[in-house]
Amino acid sequence: MEEIVQHLAPLLREISGYIYPNEIELHWGLLVVIYPYLTGLVAGAFILASLVKVFNVKELQPTYRMALLTALAFLIIAPLPLLAHLGHPEKSYEIFLTPNKSSAMAMFGFVYAWYLMAVLLLEIWFDYRRDLILWSKSEKGIKKWLHKILSLFSSDVSEKAVKFDKKAVRIITIIGIPSAFLLHGYVGFIFGSVKANPFWSSVLMPIVFLFSAIVSGIALILTFYVVITPLRKKEIDMPCLDKLASYLFYVMIVDFSLEALDFIHRVYESEESIQILSELVSGKLFVSLVVIQILIGMLIPLAAIALVKILKWPAQLRIQIYFLASILVQVGIFSTRWNVVIGGQLFSKSFMGLTVYKMSFFGLEGLLVSLTIMILPIVILSLLFKLLPPWDENRNPDIVK
Amino acid sequence: MKNFLKEIPEQVTRIVFLLIVFIAAFLFIRSNLVPEDFGKTGHYRFSAIDEIISVDIKYAGQDVCNECHDDIVVVKDSSYHHNVTCEVCHGAAAIHADDPVEFTPTAPRERNICPQCHEYLPSRPTGFPQIISASHNPLKPCITCHNPHDPVPPETPKECSACHKEISSTKSISHHALIPCTKCHSVPEKHRLDPREYLPTKPGSREFCGQCHSEDADSEPGIPRIDLETHETKYVCWQCHYPHLPEAK
Amino acid sequence: MENENNRRNFLRKSLYAMILAFIPPSFISGEKSKKVVEWIIGENYNPYDHYWSMGIDINKCIGCGRCADACKTENDVPREPFFFRTWVERYRIYQDGDVQIDSPNGAVNGFEKGTESKNIERSFFVPKICNHCDNPPCVQVCPVGATFKSEDGVILVDKNYCIGCRYCIQACPYGARYLHPETRTADKCTFCYHRLVQGKLPACVETCPTQARIFGELKKKASPLERFRRMNKINVLKPALNTEPKVYYANLDMEVK
Repeated sequence: MEEIVQHLAPLLREISGYIYPNEIELHWGLLVVIYPYLTGLVAGAFILASLVKVFNVKELQPTYRMALLTALAFLIIAPLPLLAHLGHPEKSYEIFLTPNKSSAMAMFGFVYAWYLMAVLLLEIWFDYRRDLILWSKSEKGIKKWLHKILSLFSSDVSEKAVKFDKKAVRIITIIGIPSAFLLHGYVGFIFGSVKANPFWSSVLMPIVFLFSAIVSGIALILTFYVVITPLRKKEIDMPCLDKLASYLFYVMIVDFSLEALDFIHRVYESEESIQILSELVSGKLFVSLVVIQILIGMLIPLAAIALVKILKWPAQLRIQIYFLASILVQVGIFSTRWNVVIGGQLFSKSFMGLTVYKMSFFGLEGLLVSLTIMILPIVILSLLFKLLPPWDENRNPDIVK
Repeated sequence: MKNFLKEIPEQVTRIVFLLIVFIAAFLFIRSNLVPEDFGKTGHYRFSAIDEIISVDIKYAGQDVCNECHDDIVVVKDSSYHHNVTCEVCHGAAAIHADDPVEFTPTAPRERNICPQCHEYLPSRPTGFPQIISASHNPLKPCITCHNPHDPVPPETPKECSACHKEISSTKSISHHALIPCTKCHSVPEKHRLDPREYLPTKPGSREFCGQCHSEDADSEPGIPRIDLETHETKYVCWQCHYPHLPEAK
Repeated sequence: MENENNRRNFLRKSLYAMILAFIPPSFISGEKSKKVVEWIIGENYNPYDHYWSMGIDINKCIGCGRCADACKTENDVPREPFFFRTWVERYRIYQDGDVQIDSPNGAVNGFEKGTESKNIERSFFVPKICNHCDNPPCVQVCPVGATFKSEDGVILVDKNYCIGCRYCIQACPYGARYLHPETRTADKCTFCYHRLVQGKLPACVETCPTQARIFGELKKKASPLERFRRMNKINVLKPALNTEPKVYYANLDMEVK
């Protein structure tokens, strides 16, 4: 109690204009910024993976399993920031027990469970099943048993069974694409459906969230691929990387157009809230929105990739530019989440004043916990890479061929 | 049936088995954890209402005060303060009502209590009695002159500004500063005692302002003048101009 | 062929089981209890007999802030200036069109005069409180059913069930909710529900010295609130959001946010 009061008291002096007296405490902080960022990476990585299976983009095959495992690692961590920001995390199970049908947030538990179990785990299981069986046959000790348990003690590696696996993967991917859209579009809907907040309330919100998710997912896989492949002392597959960069470029164009449309629409309609919103965007959000999100996170990477494509630079230079661009894109998308979540709470619902957000370092909602949550998926991912090596050379050769 | 089971790919049996285990566990956990009274009258915990109403009352309410203090209430009920309940000034008194001997409510006698309502603020509704405490008998507690249970002023106010502070302070910085209120408003004697029932008048004709402001008026040369015959003949002057702060400088 | 039928039946059954698992229990068990008309809370209070709402006359408010102060006392709201169930705002509209709004400490200590550098065109006080909307966005978004509309039209919070996600605080257009710093759950005006069930008025209405706040039944012909609605031109806050507020304002100014 006293801690909260001490945190809030100095903020009183930094308010400009008039805010409702209850609005001094900003309720969704850094953790809620991380939550849509992480789920976005999940949805993006999965959609990238599905390009291989559903649309037969052969070039991307080297990243398929990596993308799936990345999606899984981030999905496992995605609910953590939400949990940590609750006033009572120990009661969070109530969302599953008595979900309020009209609440967008209540359905998260079910969308999440569906996506995790019906889509991601199932697809990974079917895709890895044959390898798991064959690995466990040739291994010893804990690893043998781990792989055996993960394969659910299945043992059928007949041609018929493997064919069934492939068919299942394809069907799950087809179900998975709308599910991934649902997962992140739905996160956008949590914000987009708040009619009290004109900065959030927009039909475009789920779609903007979705496309920025795909952008961030592709950029993440590109980064991982560029970093991990040399670490494994392998050659980077250039057609694959070029294809990744192309897809990143196309989706960014769509994302940018959508965001521009949203912006133009707001300015043109010029509703009651336009004055306070323009004050916000040109003031407190200028650096994070105009400079970081749009310039550094969007326009510069777009221009860089376009240049690479036009000028047909040598491979080594291409790799470096792709890598830098994808890092910038990550920063930009994180900034997008920040601007939506924090920016949407910086102005009063009276439209008459602006408030401030002060991040704390310690405590559940502080920077330290947030950084930990951001690093956790990478730790999990490296464990997954050990347990379920996604690399082509670890695949057991097809006997059929 | 046995043949059929063999026909199912082993992948499916394993997944379905896991799914059944998962669903069974979920249903079992849920049936044990959902509060029993949840959903009885709506999508909420029925006993929450009992918890909400179990809070102790702090303000006893006027009816409870009336039960014992009818002598004071009779006086107050016919005074200007008839809408002001006892606990506005004396504070929350439910504990006093429960145990009148042990707990006595506060009886504010300091000078800072009454100004919470009666200090002059430009935002207060006009006609509400207001004073500037810094210049209104600054050293005396309010109750030396006013009885809060029947707050008639010791003398009926001679000055309109006792109640119409906002207008009088606006007028005092205007060109009309030296014109007394009664020049334009005729005030029935009873307005001072029953202000809402007996209202003062407003000038009814253009010629009234014309006494000073028409072109042929016999008034000081600096006063702005208009031609009463042609100047916005549809309106009485105060329908456009605010006489307490006329706009011309 | 038969095998395939069997398999389909089996799949269908497992699908049903899956759907069943996702249906909340209120869906299955809740319907019959809607018929409870005889429901006594406390000693002698049947929520089905009432429908509460409030009227506020701007012209009568003198900005003394006794309501905000009484509310904090009655409901044990923390005294720090960040948590309010009700508060009073002061509007000053200047002749140059500038609008100044303030509510120092929610007007718990009233207002200071302040020095005016510009000429005021009009000025007034506006008491604010939870609007107990008939179409409440806060109830709509609560993921667990911890905030709800009771049968008598009052929006309540179950602090023992609230998980503290604060979606309701985001969804309220009026800033009427806050996170209680001790319980870490959402908190808000209850129309002093513990007083209503005993036949008493909310504390803010009880202590308003000018009867700027009127409280009463919305669906009964004879009630102070019905008279208020009959005698005044009334308005609600942010009507465009279709929250259907049940706090009605008389003489509301266009600048009121």
